[in-house]
Amino acid sequence: MEDLLVIAGKEIGNRLFIGTGKFSSYSIMKQSLEAAKAEVATVALRRVDSDSKKENIMDFVPESCRVMINTSGARDADEAIRIARLAKAAGAGNWIKIEVIRDNKYLLPENLETLKAVEALVREGFVVFPYMSPDLSMGRRMVEAGAAAVMPLGSPIGSNRGVKTRELIEIMINEINLPIIVDAGLGRPSEACECMELGAAAVLVNTAIAVSNDPVKMAKAFSESVYAGRLAYLSGIPAVEKTASASSPLTGFLRDKK
Amino acid sequence: MSFYDVYIKYRNFDLDKCFRSDSSVSIQSVLEKDRLDLGHFIYLLSPQTENFLESMARKAQAITRNNFGNTVQLYTPMYLSNYCDNSCTYCGFNFNNNIERRKLNLEEVNREAQYIYSLGLKHILILTGESRGESSVSYIKDCVRILKKYFSSISIEVYPLTVNEYTQLVNEGVDGLTIYQEVYDDSLYAKMHVYGPKKDYKFRIDAPERGAEAGMRSISIGTLLGLGEWRKEVFILGLHAKYLQDKFPEAEIAISVPRIQPQISGFKPVSSVSDRNIAQTILALRIFLPRLGISLSTRENPEFREGLIPLGITKISAASTTAVGGHTIAGNTSQFEIQDRRNVDEIKIMLESKGYQPVFKDWLQI
Repeated sequence: MEDLLVIAGKEIGNRLFIGTGKFSSYSIMKQSLEAAKAEVATVALRRVDSDSKKENIMDFVPESCRVMINTSGARDADEAIRIARLAKAAGAGNWIKIEVIRDNKYLLPENLETLKAVEALVREGFVVFPYMSPDLSMGRRMVEAGAAAVMPLGSPIGSNRGVKTRELIEIMINEINLPIIVDAGLGRPSEACECMELGAAAVLVNTAIAVSNDPVKMAKAFSESVYAGRLAYLSGIPAVEKTASASSPLTGFLRDKK
Repeated sequence: MSFYDVYIKYRNFDLDKCFRSDSSVSIQSVLEKDRLDLGHFIYLLSPQTENFLESMARKAQAITRNNFGNTVQLYTPMYLSNYCDNSCTYCGFNFNNNIERRKLNLEEVNREAQYIYSLGLKHILILTGESRGESSVSYIKDCVRILKKYFSSISIEVYPLTVNEYTQLVNEGVDGLTIYQEVYDDSLYAKMHVYGPKKDYKFRIDAPERGAEAGMRSISIGTLLGLGEWRKEVFILGLHAKYLQDKFPEAEIAISVPRIQPQISGFKPVSSVSDRNIAQTILALRIFLPRLGISLSTRENPEFREGLIPLGITKISAASTTAVGGHTIAGNTSQFEIQDRRNVDEIKIMLESKGYQPVFKDWLQI
């Protein structure tokens, strides 16, 4: 049976979501999305230029790719809600990644305002993906509020530091009954693979692809490593042992009954 | 407490002594750090570090890429008025200068806006001379009401305002504030601002935080290089930017380091600032404050601008004019001479050829 991630009735085969910022051109971005065979791409509404005299980013997202608008630039719930409504009014669909950031130095999310935005937008019929600092209690609140998935960060946006929050993300994966999508900070394909091995439902990558010397090739590399990590997770990864497990047991000679 | 108090604390700081005493630090050890302290910033600004611009540039480029991607934001200035109540020795709009004074009426604002919009630009910086009487807050609000029909982001560069006045402009749709101290050295400041409300050093130096308090999304500060000893000026500028980042984490803080250009009064720079000095300034600020926006105006020539971009620039102006209504009304006096006269398409092609995406729109009126 095909391994699909189902969110709001939509079946997603490729568990690598790609962010569309930071690319050196929209054409390179498009080629990267195609090379990765990405099915979900996030786009910041602030970048959408529908009456552009030049180029509009939306024209460069392949048709096979679902657009998830993000609320980049929102500083509180109210701004995130307004951006989401503008996106819907502009015909950008109802999949919304909530990004509420009040910290421009580390770009770390504001979980409480994010939760408020989730509550409001779910009521308005949006499919809501909150980007958050990994925190189990807050994650549970996001579930109660009706989020479609939860997106904890691996490390700060653009930092390429990998899954520094691994312990917390593992707990969220174990305890939260929603897809966990690790978003931000993944710097190399092996780190994306690591998230998938842990049981993440998907990962979202932008900077590591967009600013590499060959974004198209890097997009493909991430896509394949996400697939590999997912396969490994599904196969059941053997537990790590501190000691050797001999194929001929040392106590095999003890034949009397226990 | 405001930044003025920080300035007072560092006013007599002996930067030269720091430059001389810090011989134990190596460039490699500083560049390997993730977070720099003030001592490291001073080291990066020091004369001895001038020999390491290449390794600083590599680090700065990597930091800029990770934080801002392979993109450069485009904007253009729009001069609404050149009436000014101040006499500043270095400025073309000095009220003693015998130039034609002009203020756009709202119809002219609309025409100028339409023209700039037709170029594809979505981020605009509106400027007035510093005259509360001629370009009042209510006049600026009237202009903003017209401009927001055309532009996604509107920043202002006008005389310093109160929190209440900034709030009125934010509510009208202004999202960015640019205000340069011009020269941080307060004794030079007093000499160069001969007459007018701009003589009030403290009211000006604390204006950026009043803007941030009023909810301005982006705050841009700067020092006009050439007015004072550049290393000292950039040191205070770095302190100011860090102070604003720390105090207002929700705001995007940016800087600019314009170098004084010839203008009508014939003012000559007090201290000379070389191309290498500008490069070191940008590199030191970028490495010290990785998330800092850095904008580069058309005061510099095309070749030099292009060279600076990979060193940490995040925003550049294009198709600039520094005359009131300069796009649609001929013959008005410029505030200063522009060195890069390229149009929007030429700048776009240049950026693309260097591997950067020109970003025309990166905000929206919400």
